[in-house]
Amino acid sequence: MNPTALIAEDEPLLARALHDALRVEWPELRIVAQVGDGLSTVREAMRLQPNILFLDIRMPGLDGLGAAAEIADRWPVGATPMPQLVFVTAYDEYAVRAFDAQALDYVLKPVEPQRLKRTVERLRIALAAEEHSSFDDALAQWRKLIGAAGRSAPENAGPPYLKVIGAGGSATGGAASATLHMVPVDQVLYFEAADKYVRVLTAEKEFLIRTPLKQLLPQLDPQMFWQVHRAVVVRCDAVDSVRRDDFGKLHISLRGRRETVPVSRLYAHLFRAM
Amino acid sequence: MKFSWSVVARHYLQVIAFCFVIAVLTTLIWPSKGYLAQLGYSLTVGTVVWAVGEFGRLLVPAQHCRRTLEGGHGWPIGWRGGALTALSIVCGFVVGDQAAGFFFGQRHMSSASSMWDNRLSMLVTVVAAVVVSFYFHSRGKAAALQARVSAAERGASEARLKLLETQIEPHMLFNTLANLRALITLEPKRAVEMLDHLNSYLRVTLSGSRALAHPLSAEFDRIGDYLALMTVRMGPRLHYALDLPDALRDVPVPPLLLQPLVENSIRHGLEPQIEGGSVLVRAWRDGMQLVIEIVDTGVGIDPAQAIDGEPADDGVGFGVAQVRERLAGLHGGRASLTLARPTEHPERGTRATLRFPMQMTMS
Repeated sequence: MNPTALIAEDEPLLARALHDALRVEWPELRIVAQVGDGLSTVREAMRLQPNILFLDIRMPGLDGLGAAAEIADRWPVGATPMPQLVFVTAYDEYAVRAFDAQALDYVLKPVEPQRLKRTVERLRIALAAEEHSSFDDALAQWRKLIGAAGRSAPENAGPPYLKVIGAGGSATGGAASATLHMVPVDQVLYFEAADKYVRVLTAEKEFLIRTPLKQLLPQLDPQMFWQVHRAVVVRCDAVDSVRRDDFGKLHISLRGRRETVPVSRLYAHLFRAM
Repeated sequence: MKFSWSVVARHYLQVIAFCFVIAVLTTLIWPSKGYLAQLGYSLTVGTVVWAVGEFGRLLVPAQHCRRTLEGGHGWPIGWRGGALTALSIVCGFVVGDQAAGFFFGQRHMSSASSMWDNRLSMLVTVVAAVVVSFYFHSRGKAAALQARVSAAERGASEARLKLLETQIEPHMLFNTLANLRALITLEPKRAVEMLDHLNSYLRVTLSGSRALAHPLSAEFDRIGDYLALMTVRMGPRLHYALDLPDALRDVPVPPLLLQPLVENSIRHGLEPQIEGGSVLVRAWRDGMQLVIEIVDTGVGIDPAQAIDGEPADDGVGFGVAQVRERLAGLHGGRASLTLARPTEHPERGTRATLRFPMQMTMS
């Protein structure tokens, strides 16, 4: 059976260019869907279950990273193997350097024939070996790709890490109040991305900051703060327990808070009994 | 504190030159003592006056002093400057006169030197010190002024560079080129059109920031180029309209004043929206003011930012601040830029309104 692929790219001309280039480079490949935003990507990927996903990193609505994380969470275990994931990115994005540094495949726009040829080569090999690789291997590969694609700074800044979070807004006082709250990071239980803000939650209070999670993450000590979901970063020693629900999804309970926090399948490997 | 011996030496040489002139003068007044003795006398007094002034100013805190061109410690400003001048004159008269008397003997032959002579010699010292002080004062002022002018020039060229950076965003350029590359094989005719738009957009972006003004019609044309390029990229997700009354075509405006605002509408308003949307740019006259409005149907500005326009990490505020700065530089308080939700459809989108005094002709 011929391999199938989905192309997610919001700029129609670039989508067409990639489509045409793939037809030349890999004539047997069937493009089963071409979509322009993250939500349609998730919907079509789940419906058609293609072998390969070409995802643009920057897309309106849900971006490529969000779409990939969502698909990883929803993909049924055991049935079809998880698709091979390939991110599509422009020259000037940090992701390119991160992909190169870890020898991960990607597609550049505008399409570079040499780069595409190499990617196609490796995809053929990966598809042929697919039955021998496990679901966890595929998840690990996706995790690596999403990590590299989400790079927003040259390299991880490393220490010194943030000691306090300067929050201009609080949940009660609105997004921009006159008071600046200095919240020590070791009192933060978790950060959660919400629309245009990031919620900063301590045992008693909640604050809002404008710095996106993507920019905040490199400034936090990775030993202390774990990303467990696309939109959630928890302080690991604030985790009280992790519970698995009937669908196999993990939920975290934090010391001092009643609500639970979902764990994405991509990050479930962080929580294993010793 | 910066202290330079070469500056000190330069000052002292100038003082010595003055002393030579003063010695000629005093020789004319008291011809009985020779020129050399008079010179020795004036050099001693001059040295004391200079030394008190030169080193005395270093004792005055830097915040009360002019800055020299090299960023050093200049002459004190205000009463401190006057006091230092007076002090150096008094020291010159008391200490310098005594020392000179010790080295070169009494200036005047008779011990019962007339009151007249004493007064005259005091007058010479005071006048000479005042003249020299005034000379250094005005030179220092000129240097400080020049330091200020060159700092302003530096600021202006930095601002110009920054402007250029914001006008040609690398991501925009790369993406346009990527689209162009795709178009060349798919639709060569449209590719040529796109190249023309890119060409005129770049021409103004690269050279226009140096011109002070261009006609409003040219401004609308460049915005049109930019929006046409974005339409190629975004396809059916972007619609736009430009509305410029004929009567306003020749009104001069700063080049690419609107660019950052239109860019904000696209990048932060329409691009994040799955269904895209539209941008409308229009201008009209309100009394003696020109009003330009940019309305989009994008995700809409955060109300907090609509008020303060403070730069956020996503760069919305940066373009707004830049436009405000340019307007304020040209028109001061008579110009304004306000951001709000559009009145026609307050539930979505952003409206940016610029108002500034209308000039009728290019100046």
